[in-house]
Amino acid sequence: MSSFFAMGGYAAYVWPAYAVFFTVLIADYLSPGLRRRRNLRELRARLARQSARQQRNPTTSP
Amino acid sequence: MANWIPLWLHKLGSPPMFYRFAGTLRPWAMAFAVLLGATALYGGLVLAPADYQQGDAYRIIFIHVPSAWMSLFIYAVMAVASIIALVWRLKLAEVVAMESAPIGAAFTFITLVTGSLWGKPMWGTWWTWDARLTSELVLLFLYLGVIGLYHSFEDRRQGARAAAFLAIIGIINVPIVHFSVNWWNTLHQGSTVRILGPSKMSGDMLWPLLTMMGATKLYYIASLFGRVRTDLLAMESGKDWVRQIAEQEARK
Repeated sequence: MSSFFAMGGYAAYVWPAYAVFFTVLIADYLSPGLRRRRNLRELRARLARQSARQQRNPTTSP
Repeated sequence: MANWIPLWLHKLGSPPMFYRFAGTLRPWAMAFAVLLGATALYGGLVLAPADYQQGDAYRIIFIHVPSAWMSLFIYAVMAVASIIALVWRLKLAEVVAMESAPIGAAFTFITLVTGSLWGKPMWGTWWTWDARLTSELVLLFLYLGVIGLYHSFEDRRQGARAAAFLAIIGIINVPIVHFSVNWWNTLHQGSTVRILGPSKMSGDMLWPLLTMMGATKLYYIASLFGRVRTDLLAMESGKDWVRQIAEQEARK
């Protein structure tokens, strides 16, 4: 097992390469989810403001 | 037969339909990507023997080469989607083109960094300004240019059209990257895996490499669909179907 992690003396090059591969791809995979949640939260806030405005003065429609 | 296919495709081009379609397909694409990736890593890191010249350092190939292929493949997809977006003004094509760019940039970045980590022990240098390395770096800048141009417009669709134009012009760099090892003298080795004719690689090294290629392709589908879904929601935020989704998620 330790010989596996040693990578024939090249551990300092092989493992960072794999770490970069996984770190970048995981970050890429997760980023749209965060953006999506923020967008939907803003949309809900906008909708709430709109309905509040309509309740205050129902005659003037946007 | 010929009648329902265009109709089906036409429906898929509509944002709410594609949003649902991508939502069902995305977890499956990711699951198979992880499965194939794990298999490829086991084959490449454990089962495959060490190289007779490079020892274990060559094992970087199992991520370096699939990432490099993806950097070119995604650029080609982005350019084709850009052409469709400019000619037919299809909203979905714009979104596919623009959301491919960050994924392509990620793979290009991985290619450059893993190549550098492989170059240091094998060539004795992290970086050299030779044809393959430089053209791949230009590819990264093209991706960054497309991303930057897209975001520099107030109107997203206007930005997408400008960036699509840049993406189409930049396609000239894709064959340059691919053929750079044949056209110029370079430190980088020539291609080992060939579509036509036999590959210059033993089978127990080749299958993990090709499996990882499949995994990265599936990953691209999963990542792209997630990004496209997010972008469609943002673009169509005034529409009823987006409103319904926003209210559904509030209840959760």
